[in-house]
Amino acid sequence: MVETFLPIVTLSLVVSGVALGIASVLGFPLGAWLALANVPGKRVIEALIYTGMAFPPVVVGLVVYMLLSRSGPFGDLGWLFTTNAMIVAQVVIAFPMVAGLTQTAIDGLDPALRLQLRALGASSPQVMWTLLTEARAGVLSALIAAFGSIISEVGAVMLVGGNIEGQTRVMTTAIVLETRQGNFELALALGALLLSLTFLINFAVIRLGQRREAPAR
Amino acid sequence: MTAQYTLRGVQHRYGTRTVLSLDALEILQGEVLAIVGPSGAGKSTLLRLLNFLEPPTDGVITFDGQTVTARPPLDLIRRVTTVFQRPVLLDRNVHDNVAFGLRLRGQAVDGRVDAALAHVGLSGLDRAQARKLSGGEMQRAALARALVIEPEVLLLDEPTANLDPYNVGLIEGILAAQNRERGTTLVLVTHNVFQARRLAHRVALLWDGRLIEVNRTADFFDSPSDPRSAAFAKGEVAY
Amino acid sequence: MSTFTRLAKWIGVIALLTTTACGTPATPTPSASQPSATTTAVVATEPPEPTATTAPTQAPTEPATATSAPATATTAPTEAPTTAPAATETVAPTVAAASLPTAAGPRGKLILATTTSTADTGLLAAILPYFEARENLDVQVIAVGTGQALAIGAKGDADVVLVHARSQEDKFVADGFGIDRRDVMYNDFVIVGPVSDPAGIRDLPKAKDALAQIAAAAAPFASRGDGSGTHTKERSLWTAAGITPASGANGYVALGQGMGETLTYANETGSYTLTDRGTWLARQSGLTNLVLLVGGTSVKTNPDTSLYNPYGVIAVNPAKFPKANYEKAALFIEWITSLSIQRRIYEFGRDLYGQSLFYPVAQTP
Ligand SMILES: Nc1ncnc2c1ncn2[C@@H]1O[C@H](COP(=O)(O)OP(=O)(O)OP(=O)(O)O)[C@@H](O)[C@H]1O
Ligand SMILES: [Mg+2]
Repeated sequence: MVETFLPIVTLSLVVSGVALGIASVLGFPLGAWLALANVPGKRVIEALIYTGMAFPPVVVGLVVYMLLSRSGPFGDLGWLFTTNAMIVAQVVIAFPMVAGLTQTAIDGLDPALRLQLRALGASSPQVMWTLLTEARAGVLSALIAAFGSIISEVGAVMLVGGNIEGQTRVMTTAIVLETRQGNFELALALGALLLSLTFLINFAVIRLGQRREAPAR
Repeated sequence: MTAQYTLRGVQHRYGTRTVLSLDALEILQGEVLAIVGPSGAGKSTLLRLLNFLEPPTDGVITFDGQTVTARPPLDLIRRVTTVFQRPVLLDRNVHDNVAFGLRLRGQAVDGRVDAALAHVGLSGLDRAQARKLSGGEMQRAALARALVIEPEVLLLDEPTANLDPYNVGLIEGILAAQNRERGTTLVLVTHNVFQARRLAHRVALLWDGRLIEVNRTADFFDSPSDPRSAAFAKGEVAY
Repeated sequence: MSTFTRLAKWIGVIALLTTTACGTPATPTPSASQPSATTTAVVATEPPEPTATTAPTQAPTEPATATSAPATATTAPTEAPTTAPAATETVAPTVAAASLPTAAGPRGKLILATTTSTADTGLLAAILPYFEARENLDVQVIAVGTGQALAIGAKGDADVVLVHARSQEDKFVADGFGIDRRDVMYNDFVIVGPVSDPAGIRDLPKAKDALAQIAAAAAPFASRGDGSGTHTKERSLWTAAGITPASGANGYVALGQGMGETLTYANETGSYTLTDRGTWLARQSGLTNLVLLVGGTSVKTNPDTSLYNPYGVIAVNPAKFPKANYEKAALFIEWITSLSIQRRIYEFGRDLYGQSLFYPVAQTP
């Protein structure tokens, strides 16, 4: 059981972890930029991001499928039915959440802070980074929300990953497979495992975030 | 004395409203200039221009002989810093707050933070969370954070408003010493006539965005050239 | 320094881990340069499999006639190895495949889009390791409904498809998406339903009559409703019965789900449904409220030939999709229709269910 579960669990964590990492690298700056910038197109981008957050993942999967298909524009990459395709889909799902929630978190900071940072000599990237760290509670919940949504997502990864045994099978698609085959107990066990893992990760992240808040002495 | 800043024909507008309109202003190297004036006169706006946080809508500012562009280089901005009226501290401990400017500049922190904290009398609180300090402690931490980067110009926006006399005295002492011993140029916005008198070499009165009078402190208080300055000097216009 | 930096570092470490981890096994370098190794050379290194492809033009294997052993083909060169106990057979390939040195060059891949029945019954897991070892490649099985499998093929995203819906397969070939279609095997469909059998269809010889009776009784019927091969068959049976069912009316529901889910639904709701025998046999023990009502106890005793369920293999047309791995697809077709693999297909499931789940039919449909 462990031998069959372990690679699936590992792959789930790896795919969603990498996707979250990429979504963060893209989403943090965009969210921070949206909170800071004062440009005409900003409201449109904001609306797009919130629409992206409400987008059904399976539609994201479908679009990614069409793009990565051999008859699609990025067919040459040969990414369809690989973990890369799954990561792409999850990045698309997670990115708006990270960006949108990051913006909200930074919007919630004292507006005077930005001026103070620049007065202390912070460059634009330094301002951005400092604001992200100052809004860390909100940024952490952005990460947790995004991670939760992609690690538990099934439609898109099933479509673009193909649920290939030993290669693209993750916990959620394995659950679907076991359910389809009537192995309800196994599916349920996998579900419980997914739940516990997500809980542990969230708990660890929250603890990590709280340690700073605690008064030193 | 050479000029630290010269402002010529500087206008600043928010929308259609002109909040600042200064024909000419010179700030000298190593002086303490107090800026006084009623609420909404444009004092904080002037400090933002002097820290290059916003470019003026119109006119020319030169700093240390160089004309300041609309997007000044970081190096230039880093020669000046501001302590705001309400201290904005980072959600970190006091030590990290004070070290912040040094870290931005990639400079070694070594003993400088501890020295700055000792200077403002916060030595024992370096590991305390900044947001849990008292108002006076916060303002002193903000001052230490500004002093530790050794700016050429220190802009202060009502640094002692809402503080008890003990803290006011402490901060004034630090500022005077900084100017005297290090030659740091200080531009001090204050509502406190007595503070202006105690600290400033010169006093400028801003009124409705315009410069009414700039004069040596003694002259400003003893023989003001404008009735509004006179009213201010007597403490009749507090806010 | 701060928590945040620590978290960022942590994410970085994960990213690093994956780039190293993903690089090797998870994604076998998604390159278009698949046609791996020299095909002819690799055939020689093939270890456990009774050398099948060496007989290029086998004598037709007389498909469904033999009852005990399949294809007692007189010309079959190596009879002995296949008569080995079935139990060891199923274990052997995996071990052999795993322990096979991969020194024969970069491992290629072949994408097989197929129906859930071939994967879920375990048939593919039992036979594919031979091909993977022989050709030094991974067969990536995308197990979906026949409709989706053909759609994946029609976009050129698979190299070969193994499906069961003759009319759709013919259209797939006619539209130029596929070539080299071969019949591989067949099994059959059966109608299962609640033990109480409210429509009274037990042992009716004709499926269409059974459906007509179900409709007449307005008894619940669960349809796959997903464009799968089973769904296609079901629709043709309704047509034969002269009925156009509508979901939600007269007890008929179209689920839009796989066979497994549909059987589960039928079991829970006391519905009738049409299922392939393979999935039924595999799932039967857990479906306590359902019994087989129409179709006989084995493929051989199914009285209704219209319940016949042939599986075809089709290569994706390289003229239309140059990136398709046609070379290996053609080898796959040759392999799955070869005598020895046809034997394995016949043997598959006999130990567990006492009957074959699929009957080989490589040479004639
Ligand atoms: N970002 C801004 N956008 C629009 N108007 C502004 C902005 N900042 C300041 N103002 C306006 O400019 C005028 C001058 O403001 P400023 O803050 O410089 O006054 P002040 O002299 O510092 O007053 P106080 O003593 O109350 O601090 C005010 O009327 C204010 O409303
Ligand atoms: Mg002000």
